[in-house]
Amino acid sequence: MSGVEPVCTKLYFQNVLLPYLKMFTDFLSFMVLFNFIIPVSMYVTVEMQKFLGSFFITWDKDFFDPEIKEGALVNTSDLNEELGQVEYIFTDKTGTLTQNNMEFIECCIDGFQYRHREDSSELDGVCVTDGPVNKVQQKAGTEREELFLRALCLCHTVQVKESTKNGRDQIDQVDGLGADEEVLHPPQKERGFIASSPDEIALVQGAMRYGFTFLGLESKNMKILNRNKDVETYELLHVLNFDPVRRRMSVMVRSKTGDILLFCKGADSSIFPRVRQEEVERIRMHVERNATDGYRTLCVAYKHLSAEEYANADAGLREAKLALQDREEKLMDVYNQVETEMTLIGATAVEDQLQDEAAQTMEALQVAGMKVWVLTGDKMETAKSTCYACGLFKKNTELLELTLRTLEDGGRRREERLHDLLLEYHKKAVQDAPPVKLGITRSWSVASHGFGFIIDGASLSMVLSSSSESNSSLYKNLFLQICQNCTAVLCCRMAPLQKAQIVRLVKNSKGSPITLSIGDGANDVSMILEAHVGIGIKGKEGRQAVKNSDYAIPKLKHLKKLLLAHGHLYYVRIAHLVQYFFYKNLCFILPQFLYQFFCGFSQQPLYDAAYLTMYNICFTSMPILAYSLLEQHICIEVLLDNSTLYREIAKNAMLRWKLFLYWTALGLFHGLVFFFGVRFLFSNPALQDNGQVFGNWSYGTIVFTVLVFTVTLKLALVTQHWTWINHFVIWGSLAFYVFFSFFWGGIIWPFLSHQRLYFVFANMLSSVSAWLVIILLILLSLLPEILLVVLRKPRGPHARQKKQVQSNVGGPQSSARPLLMRTFSDESNTVI
Amino acid sequence: MMASSYNAKEEDGPHSGSSTNGGTGAAKNKKPDNTAFKQQRLPAWQPILTAGTVLPAFFVIGLIFIPIGIGLYVTSNNIKEFEIDYTGLELGSPCHDCSKNFTWNSTTPCVCALNFTLEQPFESNVYMYYGLSNFYQNHRRYVKSRDDRQLNGDPTSLMKPSKECEPYRTSAETKEPIAPCGAIANSLFNDTLELYYIEPNGTTTAIHLAKKGIAWWTDKHVKFRNPVDDKENLTELFKGTAKPVNWRKPVYELDPSDPENNGFINEDFIVWMRTAALPTFRKLYRIIHKKPSTTSTLPSGRYILKVTYNYPVHSFSGRKRMILSTISWMGGKNPFLGIAYITVGSICFFLGVVLLIIHHKYDTRSNSADIPN
Repeated sequence: MSGVEPVCTKLYFQNVLLPYLKMFTDFLSFMVLFNFIIPVSMYVTVEMQKFLGSFFITWDKDFFDPEIKEGALVNTSDLNEELGQVEYIFTDKTGTLTQNNMEFIECCIDGFQYRHREDSSELDGVCVTDGPVNKVQQKAGTEREELFLRALCLCHTVQVKESTKNGRDQIDQVDGLGADEEVLHPPQKERGFIASSPDEIALVQGAMRYGFTFLGLESKNMKILNRNKDVETYELLHVLNFDPVRRRMSVMVRSKTGDILLFCKGADSSIFPRVRQEEVERIRMHVERNATDGYRTLCVAYKHLSAEEYANADAGLREAKLALQDREEKLMDVYNQVETEMTLIGATAVEDQLQDEAAQTMEALQVAGMKVWVLTGDKMETAKSTCYACGLFKKNTELLELTLRTLEDGGRRREERLHDLLLEYHKKAVQDAPPVKLGITRSWSVASHGFGFIIDGASLSMVLSSSSESNSSLYKNLFLQICQNCTAVLCCRMAPLQKAQIVRLVKNSKGSPITLSIGDGANDVSMILEAHVGIGIKGKEGRQAVKNSDYAIPKLKHLKKLLLAHGHLYYVRIAHLVQYFFYKNLCFILPQFLYQFFCGFSQQPLYDAAYLTMYNICFTSMPILAYSLLEQHICIEVLLDNSTLYREIAKNAMLRWKLFLYWTALGLFHGLVFFFGVRFLFSNPALQDNGQVFGNWSYGTIVFTVLVFTVTLKLALVTQHWTWINHFVIWGSLAFYVFFSFFWGGIIWPFLSHQRLYFVFANMLSSVSAWLVIILLILLSLLPEILLVVLRKPRGPHARQKKQVQSNVGGPQSSARPLLMRTFSDESNTVI
Repeated sequence: MMASSYNAKEEDGPHSGSSTNGGTGAAKNKKPDNTAFKQQRLPAWQPILTAGTVLPAFFVIGLIFIPIGIGLYVTSNNIKEFEIDYTGLELGSPCHDCSKNFTWNSTTPCVCALNFTLEQPFESNVYMYYGLSNFYQNHRRYVKSRDDRQLNGDPTSLMKPSKECEPYRTSAETKEPIAPCGAIANSLFNDTLELYYIEPNGTTTAIHLAKKGIAWWTDKHVKFRNPVDDKENLTELFKGTAKPVNWRKPVYELDPSDPENNGFINEDFIVWMRTAALPTFRKLYRIIHKKPSTTSTLPSGRYILKVTYNYPVHSFSGRKRMILSTISWMGGKNPFLGIAYITVGSICFFLGVVLLIIHHKYDTRSNSADIPN
């Protein structure tokens, strides 16, 4: 009995379990055999391409800014190709569109305008031809004048940096611009100023021109050199810091005489409600005119504090500062209490010059099919004039305005008005727009007379957080549709989080377009982080934006090359890289798959293990890597000259089904040609002239040789930019393959148990038939490709030469319109 | 073949801005190098393929391929090939009895003889192949079932064959290692084919079949080696090993007449060990050298193929053939290459004509087609 049991188990194992076990092992064997169809090596190559590719951005000397002595910075290497797919650009205004290089232009004291004459010549191309200003000659009272100037000198957080000869190199560049200022205007200052905001420095410098010089802060005492060269000392009691919500700041000082004064400066909207109303009107006119001229305006107010009032304020401030909970809110409350019932003394206008080539850049980006949205915290008028100056709004752009002003028109409830306006604009911009197809809307003739949309923060929050749920989503949709049909959108008075909100809204909209945010300041960080691609400008407002960005560039103008040249090229490169990888692995594995039909489905590999391993690592990886780093199917110059070329790759045009199917079909065709070509050859395996026969490894080697050559030559056909590196890797790879095959088959390898390929390659080459079939199959495989290349439209150097001729004829493009050239007529077609 | 423009972009001089900056050390480090590589301005050759430039190439390819194809086709057609199936599954076949009564253990070989007629004389060297059908020599487990170390004469592998050889690694009875081990060696083709010419006067003469020169030179001289030892005798060398299960005789008796063709370096064995690519294959068996005295190696006439029928194919419904073939510079008879070359050449030529028409008709198109401005 004892012998029966093992026999039974054995039988059971053989009859019942073995088939399943075999099924399982067969499955695994096939997995091993066909796993190359999943291009694992693609990940490695793609990562390498991205990593190495990002160096070209860092290395680009066009991104080098001699002023800050820095080039572009790449914080991520993952997004190179996204740069070629951008549909929406969200840009900050201050520091991005504009230089954040503040110039004190004029001030207005008690309604009288003061303009520094000799300075105006310094502003390039700006001429003062303002008609309505005729009070220039008249002056306000000296007392008021001096009070105003003292206010400018005292109400700030500027620090003085006494400069030595080589001092500017040591100045901490993080916050300051004193150093740069000094370079620009060496004769004017012997001292550098450091401040968190360049406006303040401009104001202090402005005051200096009128004779009041801020000497510095010494142990709570602010010193001012007044017109009579006397030093006035004020004790600094409190600084009520600036914040974007209050949009103002104040200082409390005690003068020598013991008077306690509060000086406050801030945005007009935040100052006007807090001063006595009778003074407002005179100054409001100036402020508004300055704002439409694109200047940044600040209003200055002051207030005498009695000892009692001060004591109250002082106590409140101290208490709030020490509060453990809600300190911010408590401080805010105290600030708001103190900053009331002030007396308006004047307003300042500071010009923020446009960035170099801001207008050309914006135009190029718009022509390239990108929609530019300006998101700014500034006043609408200021922002709007910047938009005009940048060419985002054109003369014939119809402006759709959704701001508090338009909402309050007509004396109805804001919500109703919002509803009506949204519907009206929607009708105008979306429904009545000519129903053009996608292809045509993207041609830029439409861009020339499109709509511009303006919305401010308050209205936006109403749109986004409407009272009822249904309305909210409706409004959101309407808003998005309107915006998407506008060529440019301006969102002013935005809080930093609102900027991010808008970016998110667009990012998650239909079709999930690729968004790009560009900004320079800490308030742009949220939108930089929110967008697909975040770009930081290495500006004057600190490094937060740069640190949080994906790419950092010194100037706005560099965005053009970054997107139009680098983005375009990297997109095309990676698109080819990915598709080529799928293709080459398909035609690599397909013969092996087909071979299973001829070897009894036994999972016999067609190629030797060494070839299987080396194919993706050595034989075919370098040419595509070099291609994906160096290819310029269109020259960089042509890409920069023709922004429209960017539209050709928009909407992921090169990774569409059509192209993918083309590559797949090509891979299938090649695989079939390789396998069956050799299969028919091997119907008589006596291929040598001495009658000897070839075996299965010769079969695989012939297929593999054809494969390596075809796949590499296919890439050679795709390559349109042959540098020596391309030549080296393409011909080098083929040479290496031949060399390796000889080497691998030339030795009895002691560490291998199989000598499968011993002299297989050499024997193959000694057969004329093998040579003939290799040549035939390579040529046959590439024939359709050559045909397609021939029938395609010519592109590249031809176009390039043409373009050069054209640009010569056309002459230099008209540069950015000087800031002051646009007048009210530009805005006359505003829809209100 | 390609129109090309060699476009060496001019190098910019050193950046003008750097000089005005005073060029401090820190600035120098941060400023990107102005090299052609880093600025992506390497001089590049930009080939453009257009109808006009590829046109000659198509004609040239057509004009080269068609003659080659015709040459190949004619060559292939001139190769004389004679094939005879001697499987003997059919009732009337002389080998029918042998195929039916086959047992591995039979000691008396079964011999059958087939008559055939060559209509045309075979000139120059004639190569004799045996062909097998439906024999999956390329089955994975079959292909790997060998020990190249053992075949290379490694003494340790001789006595300890690789595990890949299982279940043909050690003999079941004696537990001795099998030499040569593995399934490929075990299934060695062991039919003996002999050829007799029936002269017109009725006498039969045996035709000399050369058994050398049928294996790759490198296989015969490098890859396959008998175990090396001081012992002279092959029998001594293989002492302690068992013969493969299906073999009638041990490896050292494969060709007792010629020590250079015995053991692992037996050419029949080497040829068998080069596994075929496809389930229907032929392997070189013998060479009939052309005698300088006679005009044709195999004159037309009647022949007898004497088969010592040892190799069973009935179990896997295979077929066995004997093939006589002359050889050209391109190898054996295979019309495929010739036809393929003629076809591809014709396609190229045809495309050349089509492109020529396109080129002439739409000559101006390539100039006007440009980026829309």
